[in-house]
Amino acid sequence: MIRERTLNGLVLVLLLAVPLWAMFNDQPFTITLATRAVIFALAAVGLNIALGLGGLVSLGHAAFFGIGGYAMGILAHHAQTYTPVMELPFLIEGTKSMPVIWLVAMVTSGIAAFLIGILSLRTAGVYFIMITLAFGQMFYFFSISWAAYGGEDGLLIYVRNDFPGLNTLVPINFFAICFTILCLVLLLNGLLARSPFGLALNAARQAPQRVQTVGLDPQRLKLVAFVISGVITGLAGALFADLNRFVSPTMFSWQMSGEIMIFIILGGNARLCGPVVGAVVFVMLEHFLGGLSEYWHIYLGALLLLVVLFARGGLVGLIAGREVAHD
Amino acid sequence: MKLKSLILSTALAALASGASAEGVKVGMITTLSGGGAGLGIDVRDGFMLAIGQSDRTDIEVVIEDDLRKPDVAVQLADKMIQSEKVDVMTGIIWSNLAMAVIPSATAQGKFYLSPNAGPSALAGKGCHKNYFNVAWQNDNLHEAAGAYAKGTGYKNSFILAPNYPAGQDALTGYKRMYDGELAGEIFTKLGQTDYAAEIAQIRASGADSVFFFLPGGMGISFLKQYADSGVDLPVVGPAFSFDQGILQAVGDAALGVVNTSQWNKDIDNATNAAFVETFQAEYGRLPSLYASQGFDTANLLISALEIAHPDDADAFRTALEAANFDSTRGDFEFGPNHHPIQDIYAREVIKEGDVYTNKIIGVALENHSDAYAVDCSF
Amino acid sequence: MSTILIIEQILNGLQSGIMLFLMAAGLTLIFGVMGLINLAHGSLYMIGAFAAAAVAGLTGSFVLALIAAMAAAAIAGVLVEMLVIRRLYATDHLDQVLATFALILIFSEGTRWVFGSFPLFLDIPDYLSGPVTLPGGIQYPFYRLVLICVGLLVAAGLGLLITRTRIGIQIRAGENDREMIAALGVDISKLYTLVFALGAALAGLAGALVGAIQSVQVGMGEPVLILAFVVIVIGGIGSIKGALIGALLVGLTDTLGGVFLPQLFKLFMEPSAAQSSGSALASMAIYILMGAVLIWRPTGLFGARP
Repeated sequence: MIRERTLNGLVLVLLLAVPLWAMFNDQPFTITLATRAVIFALAAVGLNIALGLGGLVSLGHAAFFGIGGYAMGILAHHAQTYTPVMELPFLIEGTKSMPVIWLVAMVTSGIAAFLIGILSLRTAGVYFIMITLAFGQMFYFFSISWAAYGGEDGLLIYVRNDFPGLNTLVPINFFAICFTILCLVLLLNGLLARSPFGLALNAARQAPQRVQTVGLDPQRLKLVAFVISGVITGLAGALFADLNRFVSPTMFSWQMSGEIMIFIILGGNARLCGPVVGAVVFVMLEHFLGGLSEYWHIYLGALLLLVVLFARGGLVGLIAGREVAHD
Repeated sequence: MKLKSLILSTALAALASGASAEGVKVGMITTLSGGGAGLGIDVRDGFMLAIGQSDRTDIEVVIEDDLRKPDVAVQLADKMIQSEKVDVMTGIIWSNLAMAVIPSATAQGKFYLSPNAGPSALAGKGCHKNYFNVAWQNDNLHEAAGAYAKGTGYKNSFILAPNYPAGQDALTGYKRMYDGELAGEIFTKLGQTDYAAEIAQIRASGADSVFFFLPGGMGISFLKQYADSGVDLPVVGPAFSFDQGILQAVGDAALGVVNTSQWNKDIDNATNAAFVETFQAEYGRLPSLYASQGFDTANLLISALEIAHPDDADAFRTALEAANFDSTRGDFEFGPNHHPIQDIYAREVIKEGDVYTNKIIGVALENHSDAYAVDCSF
Repeated sequence: MSTILIIEQILNGLQSGIMLFLMAAGLTLIFGVMGLINLAHGSLYMIGAFAAAAVAGLTGSFVLALIAAMAAAAIAGVLVEMLVIRRLYATDHLDQVLATFALILIFSEGTRWVFGSFPLFLDIPDYLSGPVTLPGGIQYPFYRLVLICVGLLVAAGLGLLITRTRIGIQIRAGENDREMIAALGVDISKLYTLVFALGAALAGLAGALVGAIQSVQVGMGEPVLILAFVVIVIGGIGSIKGALIGALLVGLTDTLGGVFLPQLFKLFMEPSAAQSSGSALASMAIYILMGAVLIWRPTGLFGARP
């Protein structure tokens, strides 16, 4: 049983060490795998703000993941074909600059999260789960039929976007960008959880009426959490699209929403590094179990089942014990 | 996710027959699990049958499962190029995965031999000198259906396909060769399983024929429901809904339907006869067109390897373009955009004993290339 | 757009709704009584279809195949309930989501391992096939009418079970207050297993009946699962009546939307754009419907008011 803080530090150190080792041993694919894990972790950290802190079980978070991805795809597509995105009422050109793309991805996901949140938060419990799923599905079917941007075929981006000062095609550079973002977001998450907002949100999750009697509006708190959560997952989507140099409607699918949620549940709900642990373990399982047998999904399912049945609180809960109020 | 790594090489047995002493590594990314796995499994089995039958011991094939997900396919391609350092890649079934992987693989200098997916972008504007398609360009089988409809005298067709790029291409391809009226044109929902509404519309439309492209489970559902509805119009479609793997699941509902394909098991040449026999002996089932495509791809590769190693890119490419191998389709020829110029047959679904299969009833298109070759230049 | 066509499409919508009801009824019972989100319900549907295909292939009898489907799904359901689900009642929805998602993986790949990767053959028997002529001159497939009848019978049967029998009383009480009926001496674990088995059997029956006119393949349950969830949310969790109404609404919206939205768009767009936009909107239609219902009634049409 080790302290959660130590575990968090260990996980991050390992996450940094393995790609560095891979770089010195000429294993670029390991770096790509690590980047994939980091990006998934980022998406899950985003969801965790709504889910873990706010108690909002959103099965439609792939909507934001996809919005971020398509924001990147559309801007880069127009940049590489030298056509403007829009000419009227005002000119918007495409761009291949990562910071700009991230900004656009975050803003659009934030707006979407605001609209979806306002409508969905009128419901609660399993109804909330279902209405968020519905919104995810709406985006999914819309993107399949949006022929201008590839429809089901998706959009191909030939070269990774530019980040000032770095050659982003070198795997370790792109990994460094993603890892830095993940660490910043984790820091933000930690601060948020301890801030007055975070404490109020935590209370709203557990006892909404009491929060109301104190004079705060639990719905507003949840909406803010939902929007922040959407923004972060949207950013992860833009990075994911950049990693694969490809965007497609599967980023909007309910299976994707389910996977993001699984990272959290596997790693440990409401734990700071729970999503990170979950994402890393899942990506590793996906990679290594495939070598065992053609029917490796069975083993994956069995493993997940064991974790749920016997490791309450996820893997972090297993290793670091129950959550402590003050660490 | 490594499934199998078939190592047919020993360092000692590198006999030269015009090829260098170095082995060749082939990376096959295909769909081996989930709903569409039958196609990938067939391609893989056909490919490996040919590799096993050749007397070369220096070809190593790395096979991975793309789970029908574009991001997994991209990741596997990265792994094969960066980690496994393959020389040639192949295997992808679906056009959207192909579009995600092929442009960047060929841009990095790898050769790609497609045993199935033939998106129009890669046949036309996006063509690349390292990309070869051994099966067909996506529109081909639909164009053949249109030509067959025209030749048979259908004047008022009702056409339907799912609302996604391959579906839209299918209807475009059919309309390119068909010259009659359209009683109706419907885009169904991707993954839709209940076609009662569409069949009702067909019944009410006064059409004289039906053309549909509904791959996989969608086609099975449509055929069963159509057969049960009493609407007795002749049906024509591409082979994708009538291949050997699907026919057994549809049963009597498919009998009599005409479908177009570049291959059938009764094409009369020695290579094809041997292929069908050995495939059935090895795997216990009749091959489908996908299996024949995998088989031909492997044989094309082997024939080129006799002349040059992929490291000598120009010579290897020229050898591939020559296509000097025995194909299950008889003579095989590439067009200038590296897509086949071939006959496309009209076949009818029949029952042989207990087994549903196809029989060739005519040639729908002769020496047909594709509509996008003019846009290709490299 | 003739009246005959419109009537035929309405019938189609009803029929697809009724089939959805079989899935949704089981799901709403399980969720209502046990508070359990069961993502593996789609797998039970698939197991029913595969069992039916296997038995029909062996014996040639459709009736036997249906019985086998219900039995196989019910047995699978009981096994799952005893081994896995029992430990999840006390946990929150998240753990249930993960556990039942893991079950989907196991069932799907397990089925592929046993039956292979190619779709299986299952067909409607000759005595049920072919069209019949309805009053008004409408030609309609006989089997679909049979499906509508079966579905309505099941709905009636379930309704009677819930309102007129002892078990029904226990189920309704369990939906309201689980601890109380346990305190009153009802054997909760037996009740739960029974409800789960019943829900599973319904799913298996749906799988077999629908598999006969669609395709029997791995993964066939997932799209239906999503729709079933949409239905029970629209109808209100725990309510059989809600499941029926919700299912009919979803079936009609899906079918009629798919037919009439493209026609609507053709009024002010050119044909091929109208086609693709129309069908795009049609595929989103059910979700828009669910969103609208939830915004108006946050717990569904017949769900418990907060």
